[in-house]
Amino acid sequence: MQYHTPTSFEDAIEIAAQADGITRFLAGGTDVLVQLRADIVTPDTLIDIKGISGTKTITHNDDGSWRIGVAVSGAEMTEHPTLARDWPGVVEATDLIGSTQVQGRCTMVGNLCNGSPAADAVPAMVAAGMTVTVSGPDGTRELAVEDVPTGPGKTCLAKGELISAVNIPARGANGGDAYLRFIPRTEMDIAVVGAAVNLRLEGDTITEARVSLGAVAPTVLLVPQAADAIIGTTLDDAALTALAQAANAACAPIDDKRGTIKFRTHVAGVLAQRAARIAYERAQKAGK
Amino acid sequence: MALDNMKTTGFTQVGTTPNRPDGLDKVTGRARFGADVTAPGMLHAVIVRSPHAHARIKRIDTSKAEALAGVKGIVTRADFATGLTGENWNILENVMASDTALYDGHAVAAVAATSALTARDAAKLVEVEYEILPHVTDVDKAMAPDAPVIRAGAADGSVPEGQHPNVVRYHESGHGDVQAGFDEADLVIEDHFTTEATHQGYIEPHACLGILGGDGKGELWCCTQGHWNVQKICAALLGLETANLRVTASEIGGGFGGKTAVFIEPVALALARKTNKPVKLVMPRADVFKATGPTASTSMDIKIGMKKDGTITAAQGVFRLQGGAFPGAPADMTAMCAFAPYALSNVHQVGYDVMSNRPKQAAYRAPGSPMAAFAVESVIDELCGQLGLDPIEVRLKNASKEGTKASYGPTFQRIGLVETLEAAKAHPHYSAPLKPGQGRGISCGFWFNHGGETAVSLALSEDGTAQLAVGTPDIGGSRASMALMAAEELGIPYENIRVTIADTATLGYNEVSHGSRVTYASGLATIEAARDAVKKLCGRAAAKWGIPEDAVKWENGCAVPSGPNAGDFDPLPMAEITANMGATGGPIVGHFEATPEGAGVSFATHIVDAEVDPETGKTSVVRYTVVQDAGKAIHPTYVEGQFQGGAAQGIGWALNEEYIYGDDGRLQNALFLDYRIPVASDLPMIDTVIIEVPNPGHPYGVRGVGETSICPPLAAIANAVSAAAAVRLRQLPMSPPRILEALEQKRDG
Ligand SMILES: Cc1cc2nc3c(=O)[nH]c(=O)nc-3n(C[C@H](O)[C@H](O)[C@H](O)COP(=O)(O)OP(=O)(O)OC[C@H]3O[C@@H](n4cnc5c(N)ncnc54)[C@H](O)[C@@H]3O)c2cc1C
Repeated sequence: MQYHTPTSFEDAIEIAAQADGITRFLAGGTDVLVQLRADIVTPDTLIDIKGISGTKTITHNDDGSWRIGVAVSGAEMTEHPTLARDWPGVVEATDLIGSTQVQGRCTMVGNLCNGSPAADAVPAMVAAGMTVTVSGPDGTRELAVEDVPTGPGKTCLAKGELISAVNIPARGANGGDAYLRFIPRTEMDIAVVGAAVNLRLEGDTITEARVSLGAVAPTVLLVPQAADAIIGTTLDDAALTALAQAANAACAPIDDKRGTIKFRTHVAGVLAQRAARIAYERAQKAGK
Repeated sequence: MALDNMKTTGFTQVGTTPNRPDGLDKVTGRARFGADVTAPGMLHAVIVRSPHAHARIKRIDTSKAEALAGVKGIVTRADFATGLTGENWNILENVMASDTALYDGHAVAAVAATSALTARDAAKLVEVEYEILPHVTDVDKAMAPDAPVIRAGAADGSVPEGQHPNVVRYHESGHGDVQAGFDEADLVIEDHFTTEATHQGYIEPHACLGILGGDGKGELWCCTQGHWNVQKICAALLGLETANLRVTASEIGGGFGGKTAVFIEPVALALARKTNKPVKLVMPRADVFKATGPTASTSMDIKIGMKKDGTITAAQGVFRLQGGAFPGAPADMTAMCAFAPYALSNVHQVGYDVMSNRPKQAAYRAPGSPMAAFAVESVIDELCGQLGLDPIEVRLKNASKEGTKASYGPTFQRIGLVETLEAAKAHPHYSAPLKPGQGRGISCGFWFNHGGETAVSLALSEDGTAQLAVGTPDIGGSRASMALMAAEELGIPYENIRVTIADTATLGYNEVSHGSRVTYASGLATIEAARDAVKKLCGRAAAKWGIPEDAVKWENGCAVPSGPNAGDFDPLPMAEITANMGATGGPIVGHFEATPEGAGVSFATHIVDAEVDPETGKTSVVRYTVVQDAGKAIHPTYVEGQFQGGAAQGIGWALNEEYIYGDDGRLQNALFLDYRIPVASDLPMIDTVIIEVPNPGHPYGVRGVGETSICPPLAAIANAVSAAAAVRLRQLPMSPPRILEALEQKRDG
């Protein structure tokens, strides 16, 4: 196994483009190192990206948007003085990953690129309308988060490509987001279902919404039908029922040791409703 | 009958709560656990395991593994003793398969190499050719006529004609006429219950370091609940003389019964013999799940009849236990514990020990009793509900007492079940208001407790301190309790006694730390050893004073004349006697060896409040109270720790823990991510009430406390869930999908 510590994205891209066999980028390592030890994936090339400058920085841009360095850990996001004020759902979703120890290392990018349909940060990222900057031998492109994973453990990144930044849109007025996951315990568990809702209000009426579901399909889903079910409503009972139905309909889960198809489908609707209520309350507070 | 010199009041040290002597070592990392021992030139070992549930081993080719640089030796079954019979044969077969792999994870070979990584790589190069055989992992399916036979001829004479060969032991007991009893009842409920296998879940994986020369002399360090047992079994499996293998027990990071068995130690020794080097073997967590003992899974039928006034008229149970690929599931104990809390005129119980293609079950805290209690106490709860009776009053009405003929045969001596029920009834928890969506459940539980072979030695030092050597590994703070009992007898401070878990070369045979026996049996032996030392101390004082030995007594750490006629001498402190002991007759050592038979059975009553989320089926345990009879709490804090630990493990067992097998017979959740033990935030504060009804068989009245605490939780939680969500779960674990399914079925009528 080759281990590299490049100091620029250009070098990282160059190493990755030249590498044979299995390549992994080492952000927090909380997936990569665990998979290595458990004999699940033994990389031929391991590229540590934490030495690249800017990867540990959180920047609040002038237009209100945010740029998060690719090695920023969950704990750094939680402790940031203002990020959670704008995007509580994104921050709490990332904060759900693992334990205090894991929080010191784990990153949103690692969570996304590991490609797990049950990744906790990803539904919140999708609902927030976040994008990632992808850099590679052929230059740079910007991708919506929902377009990155292509199946369990798979992403659309080509050989030599990596994510060089994570972008969160400006919060804007009267918005709120929330993420909830179902686990049988209270922590240190993997999401059986995850649901994120991001919405904006005008008065009491929802004018914009994005709903995302985790662990109910091969990839994290953006569910426009679920968003449509609540846009134009005040999140009344009829809207909540329609939201749950749309969420149920979008589910294509598997039966496994962690949950049945039936259970996952049902709970996706329940969590979508609960997350929507929290996001709605947050948006109302933001407007006050 | 109480012991002659029993003491139940006037304690000065017993009942206090000093820090445990091993506490500082454990919190500073100085304590040495199984994997912390090293030796010069040590090799690292990895075990090659079957990926199949049931397969004939056609060929093992080790040539590629042997060719890897750093590999020093490989063993297979051929490297162990031949001609074994009975339980030794069973253990060897489990430690290293001969011609058939009997479960996913069954050991087939082992590699020793200069590094752990090399050993791991080499293990992957060992080529095993398997012929896959049909398998069965479910208890009811394993008893069905068409089930594959795990091993013909494994059954003993207890099994009635006509059973499948996978049924290997049978138990039947009871008294009275159950049919007549059911006829007398106003309401009879009969139900079927199942529980899944659960693992003890100790944090420390099995680990050992073995040295064994060509001369047949060896040393072994390991984490175990009983090193004399390890010594005896390793000697048999390797063809050694017992005394030539010295075994030292490390600190132990949890055992709960699972470390009373032997899994890896003979393998490390076989590799050590083959390579002539020390060999260290540390089990990866996945191996711990796959190849060390979970508890048995069960399928149970319970039928109980009750009168309108709450009198139980008859009770009957059938208990089928799946114990893995070897005989030994505690079907007998399950059956015997099931109805023990109740004084019944008509009771009948049957137990089946059934083999399947799963790892050999091992003891887990009160083996069998929690599952039986789950089924029986659920039915009693259901009867109370339907007859509109208070569950504690009904249990009080039927409770076993001193003189009751137990459901399993003997007549109870003084026992404390009624006291636990009275205390539970009086506890503020039992009458506290519940919030909407919450429900309250209670359950009783019973465990026998045990004595067992025990040897203890107490050597006095010249400065008046004392070294106590016991042979029972400390799995719950027992060194503190032993020091308290010795201090009580000697009349010296607790801190002046150093307690060591002695190795096998130092004391006589000590049975493993199981059966809640340590504070009872090693405690009894400690008290007797201290009394022996005191007698010798008195003898030295008598010689000094020139008076007869029986004219000296021991008081507050000093020899004093026994009365005015004995003479007028100043009290002689222990340190003054020991300072001169070399010149007055030699070292003073008290000792005691026996197999105490007076272990006192113990009972508990638990109260649980649970809240069920009707939309997701998730259960939260919001309040928990344990009331248990300890006989005498030597160190009350550690008694409470046992109460709380049993409840915590019971919560996991009830709600989420389970062995999940795929259709291929492979274990699907051999890691803590998917084998869901409770995390700290899953648990409420677990309140405790210690009841002290002295056991007449111990000098201070001690009963064991380590196991009874896990007997009531499964049922108490099921009863609380039933009260909270108005659905009765008869299958464990009560995982959210199962509860949601039950809620839906109820809604749909
Ligand atoms: C004890 C424990 C608990 C956990 N609990 C949770 C949980 O509750 N919820 C949850 O969702 N996850 C959980 N995880 C999984 C893991 O912590 C998360 O997925 C985490 O976000 C991964 O981030 P990382 O920085 O450690 O990723 P790494 O392990 O460093 O990398 C993960 C993947 O991302 C790729 N990658 C990293 N950086 C880049 C980049 N810049 N460009 C392209 N690819 C990149 C790597 O090649 C690799 O494939 C847990 C893990 C552990 C060990």
